[in-house]
Amino acid sequence: MKSSVDRYIDGLKKGLPIGLGYIPVSFTFGFMAVSGGMPAWIAVFISMSNLTSSGQFAGTQLILAGASYLEIAVTTLIINIRYSLMSLSLSQKLVPKTSVLHRLLFSFGITDEIFAVASMEKEQIDHVFMYGLITLPFIGWTAGTVLGAFSTGILPDSLKGAMGIALYAMFIALIIPPSKHSRPVLIIVLISIAITCIIKYLPIFSFISSGFRIIIASVLAAGIGTFLFPEVTEEERTTDND
Amino acid sequence: MTRCITAVLIMALVTYLPRMLPLVIFRNELASKKIRTFLNYIPYAVLASMTFPDIFYSTSNHISAVAGSITALILSYLEKSLVVVALASIAVVFFAEYLMAFAL
Repeated sequence: MKSSVDRYIDGLKKGLPIGLGYIPVSFTFGFMAVSGGMPAWIAVFISMSNLTSSGQFAGTQLILAGASYLEIAVTTLIINIRYSLMSLSLSQKLVPKTSVLHRLLFSFGITDEIFAVASMEKEQIDHVFMYGLITLPFIGWTAGTVLGAFSTGILPDSLKGAMGIALYAMFIALIIPPSKHSRPVLIIVLISIAITCIIKYLPIFSFISSGFRIIIASVLAAGIGTFLFPEVTEEERTTDND
Repeated sequence: MTRCITAVLIMALVTYLPRMLPLVIFRNELASKKIRTFLNYIPYAVLASMTFPDIFYSTSNHISAVAGSITALILSYLEKSLVVVALASIAVVFFAEYLMAFAL
């Protein structure tokens, strides 16, 4: 096994594109929160304590609209409940002897993108790698919010609009190579997209929030995948990644 | 102001709990092979669901978003790194929107 320093640096490197991708998103957040009447330091405090995108956007809008604590809590929870599925999946990828203290600490930093990169690691992951992985995204998220909160538009709108695609492009870069090498993964990806589209576009499902849409689609797609391809486990994943 | 800080702390708590609880509760490999296979598949399903169709709404208009998505798909198929895929997609979206601004 590599030394702690190497594992931390490995995490840092893999976190760099996430950190860069976060800057325009959190910039927009800082800008919107302050334009909506929130003090700049609170916007920065929200980013540092929440470290999430849609949840804190929604929560901030509710605060600005004068919503009750209960509304804020329920809305944020519904948007963020998907993280429990990600953490559950990561719990099986983590070195089992990792202490509770480290679990309590690094779990704070499990965002969609950090989960994505961590779960695509070929080997087991440990807390040192996770701290490395979280460092730059945390800095990027905070710095972007500061810039957005204290500026009235450094970036031209055209560039901000174009940067909206960055994190999605990264997700594509994470799922396409495994889909190319493994038929089960490809089929699960396609099923998940199909279910997501059905829920999103059929009016009878319009009551389902985007957070639950992800949960329903992923659980169904991974469930169908497990039923169709029960035997494909770690071995296939490792050979795929050669 | 106190109200605002309390609300932010509530948000932070309900964001943290779903992230933290499963990692603290499930500290060993689960016994069921089926569930482990299921959890192995979850990342792909989650990422796919988060990306499509939302990527088509991620820029100022659908045409530039589709151009950027195709760029990302092709470069990912060629197994380019995350940074290359992300930057190339941004560049294509930027260029597409620039061209369209001219055309209209």
